[in-house]
Amino acid sequence: MVAVGVGTPLVVDQFGLLQLTVFASMCILALSLGVVWGYGGILCFGQSAFFGLGAYSYAVTAVNLGESTLAIVLAIVLPAVFAALLGYFMFYGRLSDVYLGVITLSVTLIFFNLMNSTAGDAYRIGTARLNGFNGMPSLPTFNVPGDPGRLLDPTETFYLVMALLLIVYVGLHALLASHFGRVVVAIRENETRCELLGYDVRLHKLLIFTLGGAIAGLAGSLFANWGAFVSPNVFSLTTTSQIIIWVIVGGLGTLVGPIIGCLLMQYLATELGTQQLANTSLIFGIIFLAFVLLVPRGIVPSVTALRGRLTAARARSSA
Amino acid sequence: MTEPILQTVGLSIRFGGVEAVRGVNLCLAERELRCLIGPNGAGKSTLFKLLTGQLQPTAGRIVFHGEDITGDHTHAIARRGIGIKTQVPNLFDGLTVREHLWLAARRTNSRARADAVTDEILERVGLGAQAGAVVGRLSHGLRQWVELGTVLAGNPELILLDEPAAGMTHDEVARTAELVREINRTHALIVVEHDMQFVRMIARTVTVMHQGAVLVEDTMDQILKNSAVRDIYLGKHGGA
Amino acid sequence: MDLAAVLALEILNGIASLVLISVGLAIVFGMMRVINLAHGEFLMLGGYAAIVATNHGVNIWIAILVVAPIVVGIIGVIAERLIIRVLYGRMIDTLLATWGLSLFFVGLVTTIFGNTVAGIGAPLGSVAVGRYSISLYRLVLVAIAAAMLAAIYVVLRTTRLGLIARGTMENPNMAAALGVSPPRVYAATFGVGAALTGLAGGLLAPISGVLPTVGAAYVAKAFITVISGGTAIMAGTASAASLFGTVNQLLTYLTTPIIGEAGLLAAAILLLRVLPHGITGKLFRGSL
Repeated sequence: MVAVGVGTPLVVDQFGLLQLTVFASMCILALSLGVVWGYGGILCFGQSAFFGLGAYSYAVTAVNLGESTLAIVLAIVLPAVFAALLGYFMFYGRLSDVYLGVITLSVTLIFFNLMNSTAGDAYRIGTARLNGFNGMPSLPTFNVPGDPGRLLDPTETFYLVMALLLIVYVGLHALLASHFGRVVVAIRENETRCELLGYDVRLHKLLIFTLGGAIAGLAGSLFANWGAFVSPNVFSLTTTSQIIIWVIVGGLGTLVGPIIGCLLMQYLATELGTQQLANTSLIFGIIFLAFVLLVPRGIVPSVTALRGRLTAARARSSA
Repeated sequence: MTEPILQTVGLSIRFGGVEAVRGVNLCLAERELRCLIGPNGAGKSTLFKLLTGQLQPTAGRIVFHGEDITGDHTHAIARRGIGIKTQVPNLFDGLTVREHLWLAARRTNSRARADAVTDEILERVGLGAQAGAVVGRLSHGLRQWVELGTVLAGNPELILLDEPAAGMTHDEVARTAELVREINRTHALIVVEHDMQFVRMIARTVTVMHQGAVLVEDTMDQILKNSAVRDIYLGKHGGA
Repeated sequence: MDLAAVLALEILNGIASLVLISVGLAIVFGMMRVINLAHGEFLMLGGYAAIVATNHGVNIWIAILVVAPIVVGIIGVIAERLIIRVLYGRMIDTLLATWGLSLFFVGLVTTIFGNTVAGIGAPLGSVAVGRYSISLYRLVLVAIAAAMLAAIYVVLRTTRLGLIARGTMENPNMAAALGVSPPRVYAATFGVGAALTGLAGGLLAPISGVLPTVGAAYVAKAFITVISGGTAIMAGTASAASLFGTVNQLLTYLTTPIIGEAGLLAAAILLLRVLPHGITGKLFRGSL
């Protein structure tokens, strides 16, 4: 992956580079839900809430300060704080799967409605006008920390995003192999047994949920930077269902799965978007249905299972 | 008697109109092995759930090592040193045997020590050969032992076993009894069982429960001769 | 004085609105424990059915009260047979499949009707209350919402059909042993829930117009109302809708619609923190 990352800007044109940059940013978003849901077993249907909060936090801060460093930090911290608060209500209230899904979904939809109605001069934070459904255009993009005049060019941004993707991936991998990570997975397997062994299940869920929120927020800032634009669509039902589709298609319970699912679906969306044959939602809906009905475990686990069966079959025939 | 490790005072729990556990006064000494028997519905598993904090009593107190733990959270009680093998096994079906023991051991030990403890327990419970097996695929008897080992790996002072011999073959039952006796050298245990052969293999003091209350507490021989006990097992409503 | 009357009517409107969009979902969730994420799209389809029928010359009342529920009811039965039935018992998978269904419907309607807002005027005009005028149509909606709740109660409590439905939901095997076909009951229940939702969509079409994406606006509120209401269909929906409708409209009147919306969510989260199984999980238990 590192080789691909380093080599790509040399081979690909500017437009392709920008595409890949946003793809990579979305992969980070996919990983955030992948770890919360696939490993933590927390059914978060509103991951876009944290993504959107991150994007808007970046937008408002960057517009007010004209500098991106603090904006990025806030894009990570604010969604994390919100996730912690929401998580506290949900996990310490012992709400179950289905309710978690519905509440988190409702949260992102409320944000969507909320932000859509902030058009007009009255709605501003500092010098940043929220603009409601029109979105906030001309956002300051990333600059070298401390030097607001020196903006990052597309190649540098690409390297930054790829590096962040790598860091997040490796970091999550290490976390999941650590004591904390293994407890989180155990909680997904059997909450009761975890508690009976002395682990505070609610706290562990809260922490992993907060981490997921922080990572989603980071992705939000990267997205805002990519388009220099943010609109309430970051909170929409479409966005949140896309994140879920990536994880389902790629495979729950793996880190690589969400990345593959994301790349596949993003590529598909781009290709579909440029053709006029059929409506995107329609195609996505069909794909989604097909996956849930036919390949419920997602690509990566299914491929792994298939490979396992093939290897076993080969071993039997050669024995 | 030196200070008891566990004491319940008038412990009760009521679900709507039914009092599943009624005024239970239990007293357990350090490293005592107590058998808890009684017909289905007597309240034995419910009593266990009260002791581990999975249910909150509607009356009475639980005192562990002199400290009142009534109303504490499950994980807090587990940290104090009470472990339980539940009636329906609570295991991590997707994880291996080794991972089970490791998770239990790691909470109270450093990384290095946890690995050592894991190996010890694997040896002690006789699961060395299955260390890498995924627990969801093991036979019922092995799953029971995995749960036992998992509880043991956390090194709780008091171990509650809810039907440890259920669904086991004769040999497995004998092995389990041996294991229980061996564990009793260093831990206190309360064992709920229906298999009387098994109970006879390990019993010292036996507590008999009926309809939520303690009927009688005595040695195994006396219990077997007790007509009231015979009656409740045969369905005649002797006693309250 | 008229202000108080108008405010009271606004609150009633809010409650009625919540009842209308939630009752179909409450039936499906309350009786089948199925979470239908295509619920918003059923509302949307009902709206489109009513508008298309009206635009083709059908009397507006018939379009709303007859065409919309029938069309969506049939769609519901088909969806139940093809998808829900396959995934019965797998709650998470059902959630995801119905989400796919919702995307499918949005895409389908956009392809057929395009992205613009379609609309029909609200019939009946308005009536004056002091200095304010209120839409008579909205009053009709309040009446219909109340009638719906009453009808559900009556059907479930007093008719044989209702008894069969309740029995099958409680214990399908027993019902089957008694000669009832559970798959038929499920299909019918889901169909009724869908039909009521289609009706709601038709009723709301003159007020808010329809876009293919209008479902999203309703879905959150419907779910919050149903989950907060708990498993009792009538009592749950009525109590949750009353609570949230009041909070929403009061806050909207006192401050802004945004605060009203946020207040609704806050009320729901607080309620669920205290009563995790909804209002009728604790209060009014055992009612319908």
